Amino acid sequence: MKNSQPFSSVLSVEALSKRFGGLQALLKVSFEIREKEILGLLGPNGAGKTTCFNIISGVQKPTEGKIFFQGEDISGLPPHQMASRGIGRTYQIVRPFGSLTVLENVLVALGMEKYGKGIPFFSFWDTKANRDKARQYLKLVGLEAQEKAKALSLPLGNLRRLELARALALEPSLLLLDETFSGLRHEEISLLEKTILGIRARGITILLIEHNMRVAMSLSDRIVVLDHGEKIAEGLPEEIAKNDRVIDAYLGRVKEDGLA
Amino acid sequence: MNSYVITVGTFILIQAIAACGLNVIVGFAGQISLGHAAFVGIGAYSAAILSTRFGMTFWEALPCVIAISGSIGFLCGLPSIRVREDFLAITTIGVNFIVESVFLYVPFFGGALGIGGIPRIYFWGIRLKGASFFLLCLTFFILAFLLVWLFSKSWAGLGCISLREEETAASTVGISSVKYKLFAFILGTSLAGLSGALYAHAMRFISAEDFGFPASVMLLSIIVLGGMGTLWGPLVGAIILGFLPELFRPFAEYRLLMYALLLLCMIRYQPSGLLGENSLAKNVFGKLLQRRVS
Repeated sequence: MKNSQPFSSVLSVEALSKRFGGLQALLKVSFEIREKEILGLLGPNGAGKTTCFNIISGVQKPTEGKIFFQGEDISGLPPHQMASRGIGRTYQIVRPFGSLTVLENVLVALGMEKYGKGIPFFSFWDTKANRDKARQYLKLVGLEAQEKAKALSLPLGNLRRLELARALALEPSLLLLDETFSGLRHEEISLLEKTILGIRARGITILLIEHNMRVAMSLSDRIVVLDHGEKIAEGLPEEIAKNDRVIDAYLGRVKEDGLA
Repeated sequence: MNSYVITVGTFILIQAIAACGLNVIVGFAGQISLGHAAFVGIGAYSAAILSTRFGMTFWEALPCVIAISGSIGFLCGLPSIRVREDFLAITTIGVNFIVESVFLYVPFFGGALGIGGIPRIYFWGIRLKGASFFLLCLTFFILAFLLVWLFSKSWAGLGCISLREEETAASTVGISSVKYKLFAFILGTSLAGLSGALYAHAMRFISAEDFGFPASVMLLSIIVLGGMGTLWGPLVGAIILGFLPELFRPFAEYRLLMYALLLLCMIRYQPSGLLGENSLAKNVFGKLLQRRVS
């Protein structure tokens, strides 16, 4: 068999469109993520980044277009099937299991394979082996000291880390990070940057939405920029930084005709 | 123990079994149900009809009773996939009224006269009544309790708990909300069916109004009082709400008023129930235990 592609693509999004009533949230967006790559998804507020994440993770269904994951058409599958195929995600507006402890939040994700097979009534979750395994993920994100705390009692920064630990516990092959850095302090950001590079080093492909330009530029291998639901640029971080359309989208357009 | 206390105890255990089932649906899986008594009724009517008209013994009928109430529970769980919270509450109230009126108006179910002449349960040739029937109910309560305990420790239970906490997040870690919600409904309504079968054989006469909306509210009050999503909550709630009316028999006219006050106080001061998180009982006992250890 001949492989025409020069790189192996983990996820390819083809002409993805999403319409909410009269609002076109995404219009024919296409891009590919290569294996072990960190792809940054950028764009001003309302550009359609989170909608794009919701469709890839199955939380919303696309109006049109297809998504291929590891060569398989997964467009429109429900979220639990996306998870079992190896797509993990975090949420920009954190969604912790509030009254469970930090450790239990991660434990829930460890059962991913069990949930799919019938009803796992006779296998227990609260075992020492499972707790130890969950602790490793907490250690990865630096939350091991808070394992007994109720998730709801955590400050936002720690909740974002908890989201990350929970997504990692799925052992995904593709990780979607939705503004994991927002609301974090400076020193927390550099710590988390190292964590994310460590995650990539474990062979996990990462797609990240980021508002913090410096972080996005330094972490991403390539960047895709959306504006008003359309892809306006794609390329290396240094190319994106010089791209006129991107600068326009972020800073506003200068009227050329001088009128109005 | 005199027979009066035994009778009250028996009905408390029967209530507690149904409350254990409701606790699975509301407390663990977080799907509000205000129609649980309908399933107790379905269990009671199935047991009554199978034993009086088909000549089945309680033991032969029991698997059918549980299967019937579980499958109707599955059907009534289907709306929970589409509607949430207050809408689900209203839907389940509707289910309760429909089931009650079917019992009341369809001649097959005895209509307004109900079904009488339900035989006592025999176990190894022994006719169970009084203390021995109490022991039977106790055994079934222990089995129901162990079933819920197993559920709370299993991945299936954790799946349901995470659905209650955050449905979208649960789905993105691989939990199918449809499958686990329906499972909680089947488990919960099967336990209601068991409770109903015991009720039918304890009363030996049943009629539709035993399983109306007020009975559902009573079951929900039991788990709210005891603590939703706790293992012992249903029993503690059933004991308190079962004995209180007996203690305050002289003030029977004010019973509903006292229920209302009790529930209001619970919601205001102990919203997670007597045995729930941060409850008075748990804090006090927790501290005592810690002192004992250190």
